[in-house]
Amino acid sequence: MSQDQITIIEPKRFLSSLDLGDLWRHRELLYFMIWRDVKIRYKQASFGIAWAVLQPVLTTAIFTVIFSSVARFDTVDVPYPLFALSGVMIWLFVHTSVSMASNSFVSNTNLVTKIYFPRLILPLAATVAALSDLLFSVLILGLMMVYFAVAPSSQILLAPVALLMTLVLAASLGTLFSALNVRFRDVKFALPFLLQVWMIASPIFYPSSLLPEKWRLVYAINPMVGILDLFRSAVFGTSIDWQLIGISSISIVVITVLSLAVFRWMEDDFADIV
Amino acid sequence: MKVLSTDHIAKRYLLGDRLPNSLRDTVAGIFNSKRNEKDELWALRDVSFDVSDGETLGIIGSNGAGKSTLLKILSRITKPTSGRAEIRGRVGSLLEVGTGFHNELSGRENIYLNGAILGMKRAEIQKKFDEIVEFSEIERFLDTPLKHYSSGMYMRLAFSVAAHLDPEILIVDEVLAVGDVGFQKKCLSKMRDIGESGRTVLFVSHDMRAVARLCGRVVWLENGNVRADGQADAVIADYLHEQTNISSEWKADADKRTGNEYANLISARVIDEERLSVQTHDIRKAVGVEMTYEVRGDKVITPNIHFFDESGTCIFVTHDWNSDWKDKPRPAGIYTSTVWVPGNFFSEGRIVVAVAASTYEPMEVHFVVWEALSFYVADSVDGDRARGNFTGPFPGAVRPILDWETAAE
Repeated sequence: MSQDQITIIEPKRFLSSLDLGDLWRHRELLYFMIWRDVKIRYKQASFGIAWAVLQPVLTTAIFTVIFSSVARFDTVDVPYPLFALSGVMIWLFVHTSVSMASNSFVSNTNLVTKIYFPRLILPLAATVAALSDLLFSVLILGLMMVYFAVAPSSQILLAPVALLMTLVLAASLGTLFSALNVRFRDVKFALPFLLQVWMIASPIFYPSSLLPEKWRLVYAINPMVGILDLFRSAVFGTSIDWQLIGISSISIVVITVLSLAVFRWMEDDFADIV
Repeated sequence: MKVLSTDHIAKRYLLGDRLPNSLRDTVAGIFNSKRNEKDELWALRDVSFDVSDGETLGIIGSNGAGKSTLLKILSRITKPTSGRAEIRGRVGSLLEVGTGFHNELSGRENIYLNGAILGMKRAEIQKKFDEIVEFSEIERFLDTPLKHYSSGMYMRLAFSVAAHLDPEILIVDEVLAVGDVGFQKKCLSKMRDIGESGRTVLFVSHDMRAVARLCGRVVWLENGNVRADGQADAVIADYLHEQTNISSEWKADADKRTGNEYANLISARVIDEERLSVQTHDIRKAVGVEMTYEVRGDKVITPNIHFFDESGTCIFVTHDWNSDWKDKPRPAGIYTSTVWVPGNFFSEGRIVVAVAASTYEPMEVHFVVWEALSFYVADSVDGDRARGNFTGPFPGAVRPILDWETAAE
């Protein structure tokens, strides 16, 4: 069948390639792991899908009550509930997927120690599986846009780009923390705190225009800034600040490269220490 | 053709308690990076061997010899610290059955998931799905979540998926050790099928009988090194010999007599039909036990030999009942007596032999060496022995070939 398929087993090297070819050969396993994670996600929780709907809706409702009546952010012609939901849904996806992916090795010890597969599959599957929640949020957002009579412009075509950027960012961070979690169990405690800080530092319930103009570009180093700006401009048809998005994009690329490098460096030892 | 070769493979583990588990330890470790040798464990030191196309290789060794580490390296679960291995062809490894099974998912879902984890393509699983279900005998529970399965059903399902894995090189750890006798039987015959279909199998087990039955060649690992590599029967016999410390030859100490003033044992050995010493004995051939002893006084001396199996159960005792010396006193001198046990008599496994000489009237034991000799009875996979085509565990202290008559009504 494939006598010419040669596997070479060698010691860990300081820097080696990611072997994406191997990942491609195992694409069906990736598919099955995503499918497993989605299935279990809705099977284990007694409310199942209801959770995926309630979480963004309730968070948006709370933000709306607090910030549209008390603080009154200027959300540029977009009704505040829509503004908040668009931010909350993206954030919840990042939060859920990074949290789930960070546990992907620690909670699948027997897979890691008993069988070979490209290790990258586990955090990737966890990240993609969390997309299912985002799907429900997109539906809710659509319904609410109908309710508030906000019609999308042709810029809506850029929304998938924003979602793709989110996916890349979440997958990278999930991968990074999944690897760190194997070696440093402190991650379990540090990560929720880091995510909380990150949420407050991101324009989720307030607009990025809240910051003075000269600080905005520095602010965009936080990739959530560019992602949220692009997503909102795309969905609500407001003007696009390409500079902001450019800086955030560079930030995402840097995070991705660093995360993969750290992961690659650590993954060979997973089976020995997990 | 060479399908697998390992070249000076070594693997070092850093011992758990010194492994930095928290950031604090790691930070501290940067400033204090001297690692002394006590913190290391070399699970494998220097392992090299080649495996050819279609070979069934057994890997044996005591606990901690490095067998599991070697399998983990060849399965690509962990990397060697130094050395290199090359594998040609699709590898399937079974270090455990049911890897990745999830309790919340149904039997059907788990078949797909486990199949994918073991490296099967979706189309391949679809094609073999009915076969897998039939083999597992759990058809009725196919859509029941795994958490409601009994442990027996769980194992059957797990093994059914594993058994339908169809790699060119199969790496199997002691998975046969679990499950009931029927399950093991199914497993062994499946492995025999795989071996006979010309694929390469690497098999690690503590069960020497299973290894002897399935493997043509055996690598014996000891302290992370290859201690021996060769014909299965010979390596297993050496290994068991060292484990039990009894060999197939016995010699009296030069400065100490084994016996009393009437008789003492000089030497004893296990021999084949050509009167050559043997460690391993083909189950189909006759085997002899030869004892040389000195007689000093005028007594009736009856040499006798006792055979025990691995568990210490006496299989039988035989004494010299037909010689000229049966009931008359023997003149002083050195005698050699041999007893022949026919082929197709012993069961496979290790036999321990006690060598003795007695006088019966009045009862007096002149010498007895309880664990004097030992040899290994090897059953082969050819069809001309008592087990026929059956490959599973074959119980019983003896394994004769008997005549059967079957008549149709």
